[in-house]
Amino acid sequence: MNDGHGLGGHPEWGQPHGGGASGEAYRRDLFTYLSGLALALILTAVPFGLVYWHAMSTFSLWIAIGLFAFVQAMVHFRCFLHVNPPQEKVDELWLVLFTVLILVMMAGGTVWILGNLHSRMY
Amino acid sequence: MSENTLDNPGLRLRASYHHVNREDEVNFGFWVFLMSDAIIFGLMFATYASMRHATAGGPGPTQLFDIGSVAIQTGALLLSSVVYGMASLAMKYGSGCRSVIAWLVLTLLLGLTFLGFEVHDFLTMFAAGGGPDRSGFTSAFFGLVPLHGLHVTSGCLWMVVLIVQMLRYGIDDDVRLGVQRLALFWHFLDIVWIVIFSLVYLGGLA
Repeated sequence: MNDGHGLGGHPEWGQPHGGGASGEAYRRDLFTYLSGLALALILTAVPFGLVYWHAMSTFSLWIAIGLFAFVQAMVHFRCFLHVNPPQEKVDELWLVLFTVLILVMMAGGTVWILGNLHSRMY
Repeated sequence: MSENTLDNPGLRLRASYHHVNREDEVNFGFWVFLMSDAIIFGLMFATYASMRHATAGGPGPTQLFDIGSVAIQTGALLLSSVVYGMASLAMKYGSGCRSVIAWLVLTLLLGLTFLGFEVHDFLTMFAAGGGPDRSGFTSAFFGLVPLHGLHVTSGCLWMVVLIVQMLRYGIDDDVRLGVQRLALFWHFLDIVWIVIFSLVYLGGLA
């Protein structure tokens, strides 16, 4: 079911392979982590820089921070947690998406209702 | 595939296969835990967002937060995540016990660096009159951010336990499963931190 060689799936979850035959797979897995690191560094540094130098208005900054955070979370799921859509093992993906749905309803609903209440209090 | 397979007693989100091995089963169960943890964090975020302006005349983000320290914490945690990935690869490709332990120790040191800077920040906030009892804003902050810090602390403890297990027993099936689950936990905590530094720190200082 999981030969551990795929770029997706769960690269680090297989049994030890050893030997030169796995050299290619090893480099591919290593590349996944290192490209994740490079992307994450960029996606972190840009919003920190924008806030540090106050490059935009506050509202634009919030939008930019939110977008960069979303993309970086995707990169982390993809490169570090190895949750990828076109793989055989998609149970984790469904679980994550279901959790996101619950979070949108509960956390979003909380902010919505309390924000509404707040605006009516003053 | 006969002795080692079990019907998955967990949530069936997809009925494409009926048998899974123990490794997949245990790891999927851990995913379920992580996602329930994500909901706790999500609601703490919602509480924080609601309390964000309830400073009651006390200090706000610009008085309390230090973007330099947060940048260091972010870097340390991100790097520790990738270094943990190196430990996972060392285990997968059979590089040996010593190599896995070396990467885990490096991860641990980066995790402790993160915690050191975080605790320093909290003490600075206390000194600046921004303790959890000051306002709704600081209460929500100290409910959310140290909760993540406690998770990182327990991750560090778990890492120490795994290192001791590996020194004692080498890499057996239990250790292998432990390293895999701690990998999920550690990478998950890094994702929670993305939301913390974006929403709490950068959002507050913007």
